[in-house]
Amino acid sequence: MAGDTIAAIATAQAPAGIGMVRLSGKEAISIAEGMLRPVGKRRLSALRGYSGLLGRAYDENGDIDEAVAFLYRAPHSYTGENVVEICCHGGAYLLQRVLRRCFALGARPAEPGEFTRRAFLSGRISLTEAEAVAGLIASSGRQQASAALAALDGALYRRIKEIRQQLLSLSAALSAWLDYPDEEQPEVSARRLEEQLSSTCSALTGLLQGYDQGKILSEGIETVIAGRPNVGKSTLMNLLSGEECSIVTSLPGTTRDVVRTDIRLGEMVLHLSDTAGIHETADPVERVGIERAQAALSRAQLVLLVLDGSQELTAADRGLLRRLQGCPAIAVLNKADLGLKMDRQALSPCVRRAVAVSAKKGEGLQELERAVQEVLQLDALDASQAMLVSERQRAAAGKAQAAVREALEALRAGMTLDAVGIAIDAAIDALLSLTGERATQAVVDEVFAKFCVGK
Amino acid sequence: MEYQAGSYEVAVIGAGHAGIEAALAAARLGVRTILFTMSLDSIANMPCNPSIGGTAKGHLVREIDALGGEMGRAADATFIQSRMLNRGKGPAVHSLRVQSDRRAYHAYMKRALEQQQGLTLKQAEVISIGAESGRVVSVSTAMGACYRVSAVIICSGTYLGGRIFVGEYSEESGPDGLHPARALSDSLREHGIPLRRFKTGTPARISRRSIDFSALQEQPGDEEIIPFSFMTRGPLSNRVLCHIGYTNEATHALIRENLHRSPLYGGKIEGVGPRYCPSIEDKVVRFSEKPRHQFFVEPMGLNTEEMYLQGMSSSLPEEVQLALYRSCRGLEKAEIMRTAYAIEYDCIDPLSLLPTLEFIRLRGLYGAGQFNGTSGYEEAAAQGLLAGINAARAVRGKKPVILERSSSYIGTLIDDLVTKGCNEPYRMMTSRSEYRLLLRQDNADIRLTPLGREIGLIDERRYAAFLEKKRLRDEELSRVRRRILPPGEELNSLLVSHETAPISTGTSFEALLRRPQISYRELAALDKEAPSLPPAVAEQVEIEIKYEGYIHKQLAQVEQMHRLESRPLPEGICYREVTGLRLEAAEKLEKIRPLSLGQASRISGVSPADISVLVIYLETHKK
Repeated sequence: MAGDTIAAIATAQAPAGIGMVRLSGKEAISIAEGMLRPVGKRRLSALRGYSGLLGRAYDENGDIDEAVAFLYRAPHSYTGENVVEICCHGGAYLLQRVLRRCFALGARPAEPGEFTRRAFLSGRISLTEAEAVAGLIASSGRQQASAALAALDGALYRRIKEIRQQLLSLSAALSAWLDYPDEEQPEVSARRLEEQLSSTCSALTGLLQGYDQGKILSEGIETVIAGRPNVGKSTLMNLLSGEECSIVTSLPGTTRDVVRTDIRLGEMVLHLSDTAGIHETADPVERVGIERAQAALSRAQLVLLVLDGSQELTAADRGLLRRLQGCPAIAVLNKADLGLKMDRQALSPCVRRAVAVSAKKGEGLQELERAVQEVLQLDALDASQAMLVSERQRAAAGKAQAAVREALEALRAGMTLDAVGIAIDAAIDALLSLTGERATQAVVDEVFAKFCVGK
Repeated sequence: MEYQAGSYEVAVIGAGHAGIEAALAAARLGVRTILFTMSLDSIANMPCNPSIGGTAKGHLVREIDALGGEMGRAADATFIQSRMLNRGKGPAVHSLRVQSDRRAYHAYMKRALEQQQGLTLKQAEVISIGAESGRVVSVSTAMGACYRVSAVIICSGTYLGGRIFVGEYSEESGPDGLHPARALSDSLREHGIPLRRFKTGTPARISRRSIDFSALQEQPGDEEIIPFSFMTRGPLSNRVLCHIGYTNEATHALIRENLHRSPLYGGKIEGVGPRYCPSIEDKVVRFSEKPRHQFFVEPMGLNTEEMYLQGMSSSLPEEVQLALYRSCRGLEKAEIMRTAYAIEYDCIDPLSLLPTLEFIRLRGLYGAGQFNGTSGYEEAAAQGLLAGINAARAVRGKKPVILERSSSYIGTLIDDLVTKGCNEPYRMMTSRSEYRLLLRQDNADIRLTPLGREIGLIDERRYAAFLEKKRLRDEELSRVRRRILPPGEELNSLLVSHETAPISTGTSFEALLRRPQISYRELAALDKEAPSLPPAVAEQVEIEIKYEGYIHKQLAQVEQMHRLESRPLPEGICYREVTGLRLEAAEKLEKIRPLSLGQASRISGVSPADISVLVIYLETHKK
């Protein structure tokens, strides 16, 4: 137990400016190093305790966000172990990505109260606090148990059970064949095993993708409104949110800072950031705003590029469009009430969709909603379909997926089937860990249920 | 009418496969031991299959041998056919299985017991166990002898409250028509030990002369025979052939027509039977889609015409048995010499045992074998050995020996029994071990012989032989890692012939051996510097290198688990008073009384949060 490295989001799971992921354990520093590109030359592992490092957090999909890592070296930390706290912007999506990166690098989800428990075990908190810790663990354990029970009824659990059952059948066939060599058991062929494992692997991949889409629904979409000055960004934002949140004037460049607000678009929640118009400027105050806008752009899950649809594309528009290439962007052709003059064809290589709206008259919102769903592939997501609901379940499914991949690799390399079987059992164990069962017992039960074996 | 017959330190009840190992281990550890058997002529009897080993069971025999037990040597001395099962399916599942000469095996074991110093062998039925203030103090026999003892190991097999069933016929009986042990059950109940009924069964023995072998398929033994015991040397050879035959639709129809006459389906047997050892009627009912079932014809020994029909156990009436056997090709004229029967017997819930196999609530009393709810000679012997070791150590005031799951199949078996319990006779399988790439039959000595030495069951000579083998293995492992093989025509043609890439620069022996298709033997033949090694050593070098990635991964899991295994839970904890523990967990922990946090973590119903609470409890109560 103690000795492995744990990670969790340490700040409240509510919209906030800054969020923090805490890592504790032997590997905390090396894990943090594997996800933080420092701005300067210094490396995290070269730092002394009680110091911080500015950099960019990244994962296999690229940069996540600007981040600051604070290092506490054992034993001078809350838990008494090596601790790294990674702070970045507070959006749930960003924090989850940071956390998931920690898991990918070898950390495991912290148990309820585990940071405190470790603090106690290493003597960092006093004996009198111990009973309180036990109570805390027990009560969060109970909460978790009831949450887990609720999850067991859900579509997700059925889906996990299906995948688990596929793996169990594979493992049982393998075991029957290995444990009863003298019986007439159907031979397990490497090729068939590979086919079945591949299909299980895609099922797990689908589950994990569905998880990310499900997250979008449940946690909202980090959205940036961009566009050159005075095309009606703030008007659109106010229209969507139903209140005045940006300063709206007809003077270009009035929006100086990133203004954030949550709005509802159909079933979706957008965490909307209105940005200063991105353009060349000499005004230092405005320039800061523009830099922030660009940073916000790079971590957005969705970009709404507002253009003045009543005009031809300007050079500034083209510059923005180039910058958006590769982003999940939608062009919002505003001022449709003035008559559309913009050439949609010219937009298509840079944005995924273009929608004509009139922010002033409140027209085109439904089209916008559909466009967002299409761009984020939420239209394919059936709300009743199984989605992973917590990072713990995602970690389990991710572990299972990794184990299945390992089994496939072993098969393809020509390893003997006993080694393949161990990887399959590891995948089953990962999925069973959600309900506290164990692979060895489950496999044995399956063998006896399905196969005619024994003297 | 009771008389004082003497005093011993350890008494073992039953001289089957569990009792033998228990008694030999205790006596060899210098503890005065007495072994009771219902019949001296039935010592080490094989009332079912005349065979030792098989998948996972072969591993157990190897482990028993590595710890200094007797079963492996006895099997080597008396086998008549030997096969290594699962060749080609991977080293984790290679398993040795032999056909034994049943009478020769009995004679070998009886002699071993008779010659063992410090061991008294006695034919008598033990009818009661005496206890004072929660400790065992005596055993009494049916003829009135009372022995003062410090520890008792019950290895009662299927004798305890035994009852056999053949169709409508039923009788109180032990196995093979021997007397059942009728009285001991009541004595156990008086001590508050609840008993339950399990059942098992055996097929008929038919006369060799009545079988048409030309209609059956031959099953020969291996050409190159590998012994069970790490100490067995010298030429070994197969003496007999086994044969394979099949049931058919006519057999199945007969069974279905007569199912109402089966005591199991007729509801007469209440005992729980094993799913993995189904009678032929079970197979036909449960797997009705199968057009045929396989059976094996196995000789019971060299000096007998009796043939065992593996796969055909039954409790149908005798005349139905005869008809159904005769419906199979090759058995048309079969003559039954011993009728197949089902047997029901008393056993305990193994959750009432500690991992030492001692009863939680009656100290000094141990159980092993079918009495503990297992099935199989090998499973029994493994428990007998550990119960014998622990009883002897307890008598001498030494710390008990508990094998971790990651150390052995024996450890896995005992942990499963005392932590998870069993609802049917428990049989060992390789799939029961999460560490099966570590727990191979080839390295049982590496895993366990040092411990056997420490316990005192491995003598100087054997230990020296072990150290020499280990030295050869370690030296070759490090040589293979250093050795660079230059590219050459011979080597490349070998690589290409196995459809792997040729090399153009010097490549390490290790890297080439890691290719699944390339064997140590072939590579070593092309390596002028390769030493000549015994096959067993070469095999280990090959496996260690080829499976290194997997082995490391499993070792990492072991280390993870070890942190919990090595944290003992003190005996006196009152779990109901531990703040924060959930009620279900507290009840389970009270019942099972795990000895370590690791064992506690495997109890179903004990969550990681409960373990956290226990860790904190342990820390706060340390000083």
